[in-house]
Amino acid sequence: MENVVIAGSGPAGLTAALYTARAGLNPLVLEGHIPGGQLIVSNEVENYPGFTEPISGIELVDRFRKQAEQFAARFKSESVEEVKKQNDIFEVSAGNQTIATRSLIIATGAQARRLPIPTERKFYGKGVSGCATCDGAFFRNKEVLVVGGGNTAMQDAVFLTRFASKVTIVHRRDYLRAAAIEVERTKKEPKIEWMVPRIVEEILGSDSVTGAILRNPQTNEEHRIQCDGIFVAIGHDPQTKVFKELVKTDENGFIQVEAGSTRTSMPGVFACGDVRDLVYKQAVVAAGHGCMAAIDVEHYLERKG
Amino acid sequence: MWNIIWKGKDNMLNTNLKHLETEEEVKEVLENNENVMICCGRMGPMCIPVYGILEQLEGVYSHIAFRDQDFDIPAADFIKSLPECSSFMGLPFTVYFKSAKVVVATSSIQSKEQITKILDKEFGKSSLNNVHQNSKRSIVK
Repeated sequence: MENVVIAGSGPAGLTAALYTARAGLNPLVLEGHIPGGQLIVSNEVENYPGFTEPISGIELVDRFRKQAEQFAARFKSESVEEVKKQNDIFEVSAGNQTIATRSLIIATGAQARRLPIPTERKFYGKGVSGCATCDGAFFRNKEVLVVGGGNTAMQDAVFLTRFASKVTIVHRRDYLRAAAIEVERTKKEPKIEWMVPRIVEEILGSDSVTGAILRNPQTNEEHRIQCDGIFVAIGHDPQTKVFKELVKTDENGFIQVEAGSTRTSMPGVFACGDVRDLVYKQAVVAAGHGCMAAIDVEHYLERKG
Repeated sequence: MWNIIWKGKDNMLNTNLKHLETEEEVKEVLENNENVMICCGRMGPMCIPVYGILEQLEGVYSHIAFRDQDFDIPAADFIKSLPECSSFMGLPFTVYFKSAKVVVATSSIQSKEQITKILDKEFGKSSLNNVHQNSKRSIVK
């Protein structure tokens, strides 16, 4: 019987692992299909406190993980497929095992949102991508669009200027959610152009992307733009599908927690990180939530005796 | 799985799959196996989940030879130059061969469901019944 199973291995899950391990709870972390979560896609992280120089997302996660391992946190390369409650025990199905646990921390994070147009799927991997650092090199001397107005979109656009001859940022609103420093950097890049407010209505091409139809949502005017690639950075949706029968979620799938805590609607189940964060979506916030979840678990198990 | 990602920074394709590192190895696997799946990529977030899925499926689909290949080695030119991959612009390139002929090729990340659907259709279902449901679970208490 486990004291606590932690689903997810981004900053929230790994911080929960560190704290529950230090509390002597011998946590088991189910890492999920992409260990490290969204952070491993980040080329450079420069806003995590304590790091005066930029650090890659993958290295930062490795440090989280090693720190948790130092205190004997255990890891399995599995994703949660189902959770059932039997009396006060949770049966977590993952891979070919069902793991019995007294408590569960959900830290499964969020997955990248896709463009809601049918041709996006057709061209995924053939010009449409969700990972600039993975696929950017395919677009050497080509023209690309980056869709989105947040930090990821700005960072992707700047990164892609290493390869592409022109990068056009397409965003549906005439204001950006990205931090001012990211916007400033983007505006300084001579290869970057802006198409705002614009919505991608259609992706054009036969075997691969050759262009897109953009629409101005204010005037409904449409026009074609030539491009070879489209990088999508329009936010993330919480990965909570397998927990929807277990805990209450809102209309967007975010897990609802009691104010000021990580307690969900199901006693013994706690949620931290981007599965419950509609607003901030930062590694440091996720880590803070992970700490809270660990302490909440500790109190819960103490009360249970 | 984390060891795959992290070690992969310096040591490409540190997976538990058999790697194809030379043209001879590519030729050999295609000559000696009727059903072959080759996943050609790097150690990034789009590729790693696919390697993980192949590691899971390798023990289930015993009639298929699963291999991976570093996208940046010379031997990968074979995959890169396939006509079926000519429009690909997302890693990994995953190619399914039947009797050394390409039957399907996919670009970028694929889910377990997408992969097993192709395997079942092109190479036949596994003799084991629990690929999708994992219904025979061991309960750890």
